[in-house]
Formats: sequence, structure tokens, C-alpha cells
Amino acid sequence: MSNQGVDHGRRRFLTLTTTVVGGAGTVAAVWPFLASLKPSERAKALGAPVTVDVGKIEPGQRVIVAWRGKPVWFVRRTPEMLASLPKVAADLRDPESKEPQQPEYARNEARSIKPELLVMVGSCTHLGCSPTFRPDHPAPEIDANWQGGFYCPCHGSKFDLAGRVYKSVPAPLNLLVPPHRYKDDHTVVVGEDQTEAA
Amino acid sequence: MAIIPNPHKTTGFLGWIDDRFPLTKLWKDHISEYYAPKNFNWWYTFGSLALLVLVNQLLTGIFLTMHYKPDAAQAWHSVEYIMRDVPWGNIIRYLHSTGASAFFIVVYLHMYRGLMYGSYKKPRELIWIFGCLIFLALMAEAFCGYVLPWGQMSYWGAQVIISLFGAIPVVGPDLVVWIQGDYIPSDATLNRLFSLHVVAIPFVLVGLVVAHLMALHEVGSNNPDGIEIKKKKDANGIPLDGVPFHPYYTVKDILGVAVFLIVFLGVVFFAPDGGGYFLEKPNFQEANPMVTPEHITPAWYFGAFYAILRAIPDKLLGVVAMFGAVLILFALPWLDRSPVKSIRYKGPIFKTALALFTLAFIALSYFGMQAPTTLGTLISRIGTAIYFGFFLLMPFYSKIDKTKPEPERVTYEAH
Amino acid sequence: MKRINVYLRPLLLAITALGSANTHAAGAQAMPYHFEPDPDNLASVQRGARNFMNYCAGCHSMQHLRYNRLAADLGIPEDLLQKHLMFTTDKPGDPILSAMPATSAQWFGAKPPDLSVETRMRGPAWVYNYLMTFYVDPSRPLGTNNLMLPGASMPHVLGALQGWQIKEDHPASDGAEGHGTHAAPRFVLASAGKLSPQEYEKFVADTVNFMVYAAEPGRAGRIATGVKVMLFLLVFTVLAWLLKREYWKDVH
Repeated sequence: MSNQGVDHGRRRFLTLTTTVVGGAGTVAAVWPFLASLKPSERAKALGAPVTVDVGKIEPGQRVIVAWRGKPVWFVRRTPEMLASLPKVAADLRDPESKEPQQPEYARNEARSIKPELLVMVGSCTHLGCSPTFRPDHPAPEIDANWQGGFYCPCHGSKFDLAGRVYKSVPAPLNLLVPPHRYKDDHTVVVGEDQTEAA
Repeated sequence: MAIIPNPHKTTGFLGWIDDRFPLTKLWKDHISEYYAPKNFNWWYTFGSLALLVLVNQLLTGIFLTMHYKPDAAQAWHSVEYIMRDVPWGNIIRYLHSTGASAFFIVVYLHMYRGLMYGSYKKPRELIWIFGCLIFLALMAEAFCGYVLPWGQMSYWGAQVIISLFGAIPVVGPDLVVWIQGDYIPSDATLNRLFSLHVVAIPFVLVGLVVAHLMALHEVGSNNPDGIEIKKKKDANGIPLDGVPFHPYYTVKDILGVAVFLIVFLGVVFFAPDGGGYFLEKPNFQEANPMVTPEHITPAWYFGAFYAILRAIPDKLLGVVAMFGAVLILFALPWLDRSPVKSIRYKGPIFKTALALFTLAFIALSYFGMQAPTTLGTLISRIGTAIYFGFFLLMPFYSKIDKTKPEPERVTYEAH
Repeated sequence: MKRINVYLRPLLLAITALGSANTHAAGAQAMPYHFEPDPDNLASVQRGARNFMNYCAGCHSMQHLRYNRLAADLGIPEDLLQKHLMFTTDKPGDPILSAMPATSAQWFGAKPPDLSVETRMRGPAWVYNYLMTFYVDPSRPLGTNNLMLPGASMPHVLGALQGWQIKEDHPASDGAEGHGTHAAPRFVLASAGKLSPQEYEKFVADTVNFMVYAAEPGRAGRIATGVKVMLFLLVFTVLAWLLKREYWKDVH
């Protein structure tokens, strides 16, 4: 063995090139393994858009439908319920829905396409429990100024009847409005965006 | 409290580690200051390739296990689910199924290298024995894995192999039922083979590989000349004919890996069925205990042993011969009485014997996969006789064989 | 000794099963038609999908192929998919299930098998020959028999297209070759179908091409990835070779 007459520059270059190319290949080989953990076609098929007939929901009633395994609430709000929304605005963290917790077409006070019909993912933005529907009011045990809304039993987060989060509760954000559209007057498709302003 | 500085005089973060854990020591002992003979030829890449395939099997296996269902009602469907619905699932599955065959190809060639150059002879008996145990564990692992897709071939393969234990006198039939956990191979059988395949046997396999390497690095590698390089050392105690494993054999093995990957991934991406030998056609039909499929053969890598089983007209003796064919490998270090290790210096009798053994093993592998014919059975019997003769007569022919004198130093020509 | 025989019976049976299976293989029916599948022929596979959904999917499911996967792979827009291919569901993520009720086994004596991976199990040429070689056989309950699968319980669904053919066996030449394979018989059309023989061959080829696609929808993607991997490996191998050669200059 001898190291005489070695072209160190060439040796370093070849070592570096082989390492870089081999390293790139290894990184590329990792991708399929990580990608295999994404939702499979079966999970996607099961999480496909859900069509819901909302015609039969009574005013003041809530209906729960599963979409992607999560509860999605449909609440047909009465005029009184809608009238309660401005009354609590001062108690809310994000009354104007500035955070992107709803599609653009549901960024309004009622956080819905049609004011009376609330469509919302029933999953608390704190740690994912499903809040209970508490339209009853007053309810001083929840809040001095309770006008009806949703109350999370896990950690006490409070939301109004548009799913807007109260101040000084653990949940940081308003409840999520899923993408949805009206196929016709009484049929809602959850999981598909409304294409044009309806 | 002051710490005794580590002997490598490393400082900084590495020094902190080395004071507490033999990182630099391990690197030096096994990589940068492990002196391997400089005259390795390409036969010597199969060891590191076997390690590569083992890693491939472990890695792809972990991910397959995340999607596979060890349930007789769902297993077969979950494999098609992996093939179609899981992103990249088909590639991961083909890597694993092709990897199984590649494992045997690489390991067979690795063992054959040992056979040619006498790598099993003193002082490397334990390396060889650990290697034989690895081979045994690999066969068990392959069998369990073969059953998991729960296709027709899986099912009837399980039926036949488990039935072998039924040949044991007195306890056989009860043993078979116990192994199956049912009266036929069933959901219970699938579940326990799954457990063995993904937990128990891989654990044993990795442990044996570590032992195999530790034993190797204790005595040092053999080489194509079959002489001990440690007998000629320089003033620093470094073998004159040794080169540090790193960088010389790391760069050589990287080239070996690159060439291997071209072949291996060529099969994975362009011919994953392996002509029906790596993925058998009947396995594209779900297991059906009522109907044995028309075309059914053992996996190619068990062909030779299966041929030995069929060659013996007595069933119990057939089973004994089949297992004996594997177990006799363990005795090899004590069967070879030749004064030299490598085939380069062995005499004409050993060379002829090895050539006959090679032909016999290939012929047995071939006829093990064919339907039994009169000619096939005859050749299988001759093959079986040669297979056992090669080992059992070795104490005699290796002793009387005319060997050539071994050289003092390894033969090597710089390229 | 008798006891031992009892012990050995399962083993014997299993071994005989393995052995005899191969004997069957050796004595298999020769295929009269040569067929090379071409699942890369998109138009053919698309036509085959239409054929399959209209003539086969009534009875045979393809439970491992989803409609939306089929549409994406074959470039079929959703409205055409819904109109021409989806008959049993309106959810594109659903797999292709047959319209057959669960009691269907009573109609044919056997439940029509799922065809998801049929061409990987039988081979494309077998399926092609199967669909080509239905012939009139009054001894069968449904009046037809099949060369590839004698005693097939499936009726000749494509009879209206192919017409009805009669099998003419060759004079006894088999056995002479010693391979145990039967020489292929000749088929003569007794009454013409809606399609000419050439059109029918194309119809079957399209259908089998589709089935080859359906047996492994990931095939095209796998080959495309493989080409990239091979190009990478060629570059890497050259580098690794240069590196090895460079270092081994030290060793004399």
C-alpha cells in the first residue's frame, strides 16, 4: 500500500460526487415509504363528499352527519337564534371570522351560505372533542351572557350559535365550516366547494 | 470528578461520546481499522449484499405490516389493497417479494463462496455455524412470509410443509394440529405465522447476523487463497496483505451494491413476477381449502430440498433426508480434512466433487419444481446421492486428495 | 405399521396434490389462438372497459378496481364514466361490484368469480382463448361448452356477437408427440353473430387488454418509475466505479 502519486483533488471530488448522488438517491428512496402512509384510495373513497337532505330539519333542530369520520352538524337556526349572534360579539375572540376557519363563501356573521342553515364540523379546535349543543338560555353555569351555542365538555370551551369561540377559553379558533355546496334548495353536498356565488 | 480520557484522544462532542460509549472504538475495530485481505474477488461482495437485502426486507416489511391484515378472511384482499389503494404500495410489496428471492440468491452464492475457499475451516467454524443458523432462520422466515398472502399457493404450501411434521412417529398428527391451531391451516395458523414472520424470526435473524459478524471480525476474513494474512504482519502489527475495510472495501461494496441494484430493481420494476417464480400465478387466487390448484410447486429456493424429499420412496426417511440436507451443513468444518482451505490449492478429487455437487444442487432445484416424472425422479435420486455423498465422503476424499502447496503471501495483481 | 400409515396420510395426500397438480399442467389443453396482451394501447383498453362493463360486469365483479381509478388511468371524464360505465353505483370511489344478487350461485351452479386479477392467475392468453372457444355442445345444460375450461358453468354470453361455433376435432394425432398435450381443434361457425370473426377477435382482444390493465393498474406507473430509477443507477454505478478504481490505485 502506498499513497504516493495520489491525485487528492480527484479523489475528493469523486468521493463528494458519489456521496451527493448516492445521498440524493437515498432521500428519493425514502419518499415512497413516507407517501405510503398518506390516506389510501379506500380512505379517500370513504371520505368522499356526502350528500345530505336538509329539507326535513326543523327550526332549532340539529342533525349530525358523518363526513370523513367526523361529525358534521346541520342546525336550522330560528330568527331568534340569528338575532342572538350580535349580542355576544363583544365576548368573542374572532367575531368577524378573520381566521381561515371557513370557506370564503361562508365568511359572514352567520358563518353559512344561507343564514338559517349552519353547516359545521363538530370538533373542538382545542383538542378535538365534540362540543355539546346548548341552545338553552340563559345558562349561567356556562356563561353570564349565554345566548345559546356549543359547550365543550372536555375543557370548557364555549362557542356561539355560529361556532365562534368565546374569549378566555382554551380553544384558539372558531369551529370549522367544511367546504359544502347546495346541490338544490334542500340538498347539501359536504366536501365539495361551492363553485360560484349562489 | 475528573473523567479518565478515552484512549482515542477525541475531543468535543465526539470526545464526550467516546468517554461514555465506544463509538470510535467500534468504528475503528469494525470499519476503519478492520484489515481485510486485499485479494478479495467479486465473490466477496455477497456478504454485504446479504446485509443490504436484509435491511430491505426489514424496512419494506415494517411498512407492509402497516397495511396488511393477518386474518384469513381479509389477508388476500389486503394484499390487493396494498397493490392498488396504498400509495406506492405496489412498489413496496414488489421490493419485499423480489427481496425474498434475492435474499436466497445472494445467500446461496455467499455460502458457495465459503465452500470454494474453505471459509468454514478452522478457525472459522463458528462463523460457518452462525451462518447455517441464519440460513435455517431464513428458510423459516421465508416459509412464514410465503403463507401470509393467503393465496392458493400460500395455503397449499402451508398444508404441505406443516404436514411434514406429521411424519414424526407417534406425536406427528397431534403436532400438526398443534402447529396449525386447527384441523387445517386456518385463520389461527395464519395469525401465528404472521407473528413469527414479523416479530420472532426477524429478531433471531438480526441477532444471528450480529454474532456472525462478531465472529468474523474476531478471527478475520478468509480470502481466495485460503491463507491467514495475520501470519505476516508489519512493525505496527498490521497484516502485510491487509487493507483497511474503509475506504477500500466500502468503495468496492458500494460498486457491488450499485450493480446489484440494477439487477434487483430491474426485476422489481420491469418483471416483478419473476417469470412466475417470484410471484406464483396460483397466489392470485384466494386460498380455498376445498380445491388444490392445478399448477403448484414449492418456492424455487426450496426446490432442491423438496426434490430430496420426493426422491426418497419412504416418507419418514424423505422428511429426515430433507431436514438432514440442511443440518449436514453444520458438520462441514469437521468433514473437510484437507490441509488447505482454498479450492485453488485443493486437488482434483475435491474439485470434481464440488463440480458434481454444484450440478446436483442445480438439477435438484430444477426437478423439485417440475412434475414428478420417471426421469426426474431418477435424476433427483442421483442428485440426492451426490448431495449427501459430497458431505459424507468428504472425510475420506479430502484426506487422500493431492493438494498443492499454499503460497506464503496472497496472490494479488494491482489493476 | 398401520398406525404410521394413518399418520402419514395427510402428508401423502398433500404431496400427491403437489405432484399431480403438475401432471395436470403437463396435460393442459393447448391454446388454439396466439395472443399478446397490449395494456399500453389506451384506446383498446378503453373499448375493453366498455365491453367489460356491458357484457361481463352484470355477473362478474372487479372488487379491487375503483371506478375513479379506472377513469383516471384511462382518461375517461366523469360524465362519460357515470353514463357509460357506472351501472350499479353513483359513487366514483366505489369498487366495481356486479349486479348479481347473492343467490346467483343457484343459477349457474357456481358464483361467478371476481375478475380483479384473473389475467394474473390464468394468464392473458388463457382468458383470450377462453372467450374465443365456446362451442355448441347439446350435452351441457346451457347448450355450450368451452375448450379451455371443459364443463364451464358460464353461458356463452358473447354468443350473439361471435355467433355459434362447432368444434371439429383433428383426427387422432395427439399422444404421438408424447407431451400429452392435445392438438388444437378447429372451430367452424354454424350461425353468424352480429360481429364478423375479425371484429369479434378485436372485441375479445380489447376486453382482455382491459382485464390485463385491471389486474395491475399500477403497472404503467411502475414501469415509468423504473426507467427513472435505472437512469439514476447507471450514473451512480459509473461514479462508484470511478471511485473504487481511484482508491484501489493505492493497493499494490
